[in-house]
Order: sequence, then C-alpha cells, then structure tokens
Amino acid sequence: MFHWLEKNPFFFAVGVFIVIAFAGLITVVPDFAQSARPVAGLKPYTVLELAGKEVYKKDHCIACHSQLVRPFKSETDRYGQVSLSGEYAYDRPFLWGSKRTGPDLHRIGNYRTTDWHENHMWNPKSVVPTSIMPAYRHHFTNIADIDTAYAEAVTVKALFATPYDAPNGTKLGSHEEAKAAALEEAKVIAGNMKNKDVKDAVANGQVPEIVALIAYMNRLK
Amino acid sequence: MQSNAALEYDYSVAKLFTFTTILFGILGMVIGTLIAAQLAFPELNYLIGEYGTFSRLRPLHTNIVIFGFTLSGIWATFYYVGQRVLKVSMAESKFLMAIGKIHFYLYFVGALLAVITLLLGFSASKEYAEFEWPIDVVIVLVWVLWGISIFGIIGIRREKALYVSMWYFVATFLGVAMLYLFNNMEVPTYFVSGGIGNIMHSVSMYSGTNDAMVQWWYGHNAVAFVFTVPIIAMIYYFLPKESGQAVYSYKLSLLSFWGLMFVYLWAGGHHLVWSTVPDWVQTMGTVFSVVLILPSWGSAINMLLTMKGEWNQLTDNPLIKLMVLSSTFYMLSTIEGPIQAIKSVNAIAHFTDWIPGHVHDGVLGWVALMIMAALFHMAPRMYKREIYSRKLIETQFWLQTTGIVLYFTSLWIAGITQGMMWRAVDEYGNLMYSFIDTVDVLHPYYVIRTVAGVLYLAGVFIFAYNMIKTMTSSRTLTEEPMFRSPMA
Ligand code: HEC
Repeated sequence: MFHWLEKNPFFFAVGVFIVIAFAGLITVVPDFAQSARPVAGLKPYTVLELAGKEVYKKDHCIACHSQLVRPFKSETDRYGQVSLSGEYAYDRPFLWGSKRTGPDLHRIGNYRTTDWHENHMWNPKSVVPTSIMPAYRHHFTNIADIDTAYAEAVTVKALFATPYDAPNGTKLGSHEEAKAAALEEAKVIAGNMKNKDVKDAVANGQVPEIVALIAYMNRLK
Repeated sequence: MQSNAALEYDYSVAKLFTFTTILFGILGMVIGTLIAAQLAFPELNYLIGEYGTFSRLRPLHTNIVIFGFTLSGIWATFYYVGQRVLKVSMAESKFLMAIGKIHFYLYFVGALLAVITLLLGFSASKEYAEFEWPIDVVIVLVWVLWGISIFGIIGIRREKALYVSMWYFVATFLGVAMLYLFNNMEVPTYFVSGGIGNIMHSVSMYSGTNDAMVQWWYGHNAVAFVFTVPIIAMIYYFLPKESGQAVYSYKLSLLSFWGLMFVYLWAGGHHLVWSTVPDWVQTMGTVFSVVLILPSWGSAINMLLTMKGEWNQLTDNPLIKLMVLSSTFYMLSTIEGPIQAIKSVNAIAHFTDWIPGHVHDGVLGWVALMIMAALFHMAPRMYKREIYSRKLIETQFWLQTTGIVLYFTSLWIAGITQGMMWRAVDEYGNLMYSFIDTVDVLHPYYVIRTVAGVLYLAGVFIFAYNMIKTMTSSRTLTEEPMFRSPMA
C-alpha cells in the first residue's frame, strides 16, 4: 500500500491529511461547549478594561508574565486562588502566557493598587530595585484606543453572545455612551495617580494607555 | 537519485529564497541576541524607544526565525530538491516558473509588512500567531502558491515514485495549512461594528480554555511542521547526496514518517499540563509526547546509520559534520521534550527558562545547522562555483557548537533552579523566596546565555560571508560535483 501511495500523490496527500487531522478533532471538540462556559457571576470586560487588555497585548506582557495559577500550594500561597476554566470565558485571546520571567498576574488586582502600578510601570526599579522588567513610559503619553475596544465589545456581543447590557452586568450601550462611560472610569483611576500629563489628558477627555492598562490589571482578581 | 546529465535544473527561485534565508537568519538572530542581553542588562531595553523593549522585540525574534529564516530555508531547499528528485526542471513550465516567482515576491512583501506591523504593536498576542488578519490573508495566499508549486511540479514529474523528502514537504504543506487556518480564526471588529476603530484589529473566535487548546495544538505542531518535518525532508536528501551513501533503511523511513504524522498532533496538550484544560487532554499530551520519541529517533537513527562505515567523512567533510551534529541535536531535543511533558517534571519546568533552553537546542542545533549545511551543499551546484572557504566552515562549526552547548546548559540550570525556588518552603511550610529572589539568581545564567548567543551569531555572520563569497568570487566549476561539495 505504501508503495502505491508514493506513486499516487493525490491519495498520498489525502492519507496524510486524515492521519494528521483527527488528533485535533478528538482533543479539541468534545469539551468545547463545556470549556466555553463562564463561572457564575463573571461580567464581561468594560470598554476601558478591553482597551487596557489591548495595551497588554500590544506590548506583549505575555512574553514575561503568565495568567494561570496552577493547583499547587506554592502557587496559591504566592498568587491566590487556583485559576478556573470559567474565569477565562470572555478572554479572546486567552493570555495564559508560557513564561514567567516576572510573576503571575491572574490575581494581581487583589494585591497591587493603582498608585503602585503607576510607580512600577514608570520605573520598575523604583519599587523593586533589582527588577529586570522594562519601564513602559510610553504608556503615559500614548493614547488608548477606546474606539477599537468598543468595536471589539460590539463584535463579541453580536457574534458570540457575550452578555453585555444584561441586568446587573456590564453596560455597553451606544458608541457615545460607551465612550463617556470609559472616560468616567478613567477619571476615577487618574484620581489616584500623580502624573500630571496623565491627569491633564484625562481632564481633556483623552485616556492615556497607562490608565486603561491599570483598569485592566485592577480587574484581574 | 543519480544525477541526470541531460537535464538543466532551473534554480532561480531557489536562489531568491537562499537570499532571504541569509537575510532573515541574520535579522532574527541579531534580535534574539539583543533580547537575550536585555534580560541580563535591562538598560538595553531603551535603545529605540517604545519599539525596543524586550516584549515588543520578542515576537519579532520568534516570527522572523520561524517564518523568515526557516520558511525561506524550506523553500530554498524545496525549489532545489523538488526538481531533482522528480526529474523535471522548472524551466520546462513557464507557468510553474511564474508561480514560483510570485510565491517569492508575495512572500517577501508579506514578510516586510509583518515585521513593520509587529514593531508598531499590531498583534493578536497568540504566540507564533501574532500577525493580525491582513497579514494572515497574505500568508494564506503565499501558502496556496506554494501548494500550486508542489502539486504542479509533481504533476509534470518524470520520476513516478515520490522520494522520502517529498513526503515530508507535502506533509509540511498540509500540516501548516490546517493548523494556521484553524488557529487564526478571528473576526475583524471593524466590519462587524460598522466601521468603528482600527481596521487591523480582530478578535479570536475561541475564548479562554478553548483558545488555549487550539493555540497549543497549533503552537506545538507549528514546531512540528516547520521545525521538524521539512528539516527531515532536507536531511533525507542532503546527507545521502553529500556523503554518497544510500539511506540506511527504507522501512525505517516509512515507519518514522507515518508514525510522526500520526503521533505528533496529539502532543500539543503537554503545553497545558496543570492548566484548566480537561485532565484527559493533559494526560494524552504527556503519553503521546513520550511515544513521539519512537518516530523521532527512528529518523535520526536512520540518518546516523546511513553513515555506517563512512565515519571518516565526519573528519574529512565539514558539511557531513554539520549534518551529523544536527541530527544528534535532534535526538537530544526529542528526548528532552518528552521529559518535560511528564507531569511531575512539568510542574517544575513549565514557565521557566528550561523551556526556551529546549527550543533553542532544537532550533539552533537541529534546524539552523541543517539549513546552513543544505545551503552550502546547494551553492556549488546553483552558482557553479566551489565553496569559498572550508576553514570558515570549520570556524563556524566550532563557534556554533560551543554557543549551543553554553546556551542550553545555562538555561537548563537557570530553569531548574528557578522552578525549585518557586516551590521551596521552610520548616513551617512558608514560601522561602520572594519572586525577585528567583530573578536575581538568574543573572549569571542570563549573561552566559548572551555570550552563547553572540558566539552563535558570529557563526551566522561567517556563514553569510562564506555564502556570499561563494556566489560572487569563488573559483568556478566546469562540472557539477556528484557527491562531496568542493571547497577551497
Ligand atoms: C522582560 C520581562 C518582562 C516584561 C516584558 C514585563 N514584565 Fe512585568 N515583571 C517582570 C519582572 C521580572 C517582575 C518582578 C519584578 C518587579 O516587580 O518589577 C515583574 C513584575 C510585574 C508586576 C508586579 C507583579 C507583582 O506580583 O508584584 C506587574 C503588575 C507587571 N510586571 C506588569 C507588567 C505589564 C503590564 C507588562 C507589559 C506592559 C510587563 N509587566 C512586562 C518582567 C517583565
């Protein structure tokens, strides 16, 4: 049979395809619906948080940080509760990462505050003297893309039935409403910050990346 | 596989891809060495403002090495090997020549766009699948063009039976196509929201745990179908060709090929051990990773035994030396992977530097050495000149071997040290180390790893210089060498 396949490239290719395709089907498909279910009480990200997640993606924090607390005592002692599948139900993409050059961030909102992040992102060494994490000063001047974050929320609501605007849930509303809500949220965070440029920008109706990023990190609990 | 004097093969497309292999090899590894240095000396993060941080450059490094250097190497060798094992010249078909050239130019444009968009921060943030959707579309087109090339040239072949290398090239084509398509299923938000926000942005069709499953099914197997399968295609052609020895066992080739195809795709779950994916998927990942040793070692042993009784060539011919070392590293890294996939080891190894250590003994040791050896073998045949300098190949060989060994030993130690420190507890059961303690301790290893990178990179520059000299100013050859590549 193998000799015959070698002389019949079409059937050879079909054969290879069948052999390589079904592993994926069998491992991914059976639990798909189950794995997509959120834990009770999980709310979709607000537009500001989504914009912050975009900053996290844009600067590839996953190159050095995980968001997955594994079921070991050493990890729950260090980071907090073990991560559950349903907690990630609104994470598109998932951001578990594969390398912990820095600590896990899945529960960072429980033990770091806005002003701590502000100092740390401006200059990590000011908080942890031997840190090897880069400073991200451009987050203090670049403006976050609220429009795109809104577009993403609209998309996941429309296509994947992410429950925005549900009772007691995260409100999305119209484009204008969403922008106004994001700015309100940003004002609260900027209120806890000291950087003057950031405060001025928010007062002028703009949201610097750092504010969105902190909103996102505060949400990770 | 005897040479066919009547046929003039046309290497124009192979030459184009040879050029990008060298270009992206240098670019990818310069960035790699820089980011390695950043972990030892963080001040290096600020060389080019927001574009120069470790995190912005790391995807650039991985993608340029995977989709720049390695893919170019695969295509350079494919456009060389394909014609020869099928006994037909590209010059015989105007259509295929045109497809081959469009394939190259579209790829090159796509690659440049990819580099620019990643630098600017457009990213889906899925490892090795960072490109945003417009780049994905270009990649799919490039892939289709390659498919037309493969099946086009197979369609007009004279040699009816496909040689082993062709099995592996066809499998590469199919495997990557399937994986890439499914993993990059994403929706551009601009269109769904009626024109709001950035047109480049998209959102993944899968969420959370499902996204992780699909991503690591892709991530692991992209390694399979870019860093393993086509490299085996190369060694099956170039080692016998350079040494003048027939492949040791046809049966072993068969077994290894179909075994690899069947087993590899199951092993992705080992990236998700102790995560929130279902337990059985994790266990399957572990089990199949261990089974994977069989077909992997099957190929490697088949290659080593091909040299049976001819080991003197190892000292006489530096290209044989490169290829044999390359398959030895293949064996090393395919035993290391399964070890890391075992649950108890994974608990320590996962998230540490042992993982990049593993990747690099595979890619620096197996993939890159094999590609460079292949290009050296092709150069005298494509450019009709002898290889510029044997001495330089020897120098390159030793620099790179030292580099690889320093690289993986330092990261092994770093990874295991860190993994153990994260979990260490004192007599009362409290954690012994704060996180930053476990970072501080790595500094010496990061320095050694940077030195290792510099050594390897120096080897790559020597390789590039040697190749360019071969193309332009080496002694010309009147006749195509049968086996051993002539060198000065
Ligand atoms: C080069 C690797 C690296 C990159 C890239 C990186 N970090 Fe870090 N990060 C570290 C290290 C190392 C630490 C631990 C030392 C410290 O606190 O600075 C850390 C610590 C942190 C902490 C504090 C965690 C804690 O438990 O105290 C936060 C928050 C954080 N990083 C956020 C980020 C964000 C957001 C990004 C992306 C913009 C990022 N990091 C990118 C290496 C990195």
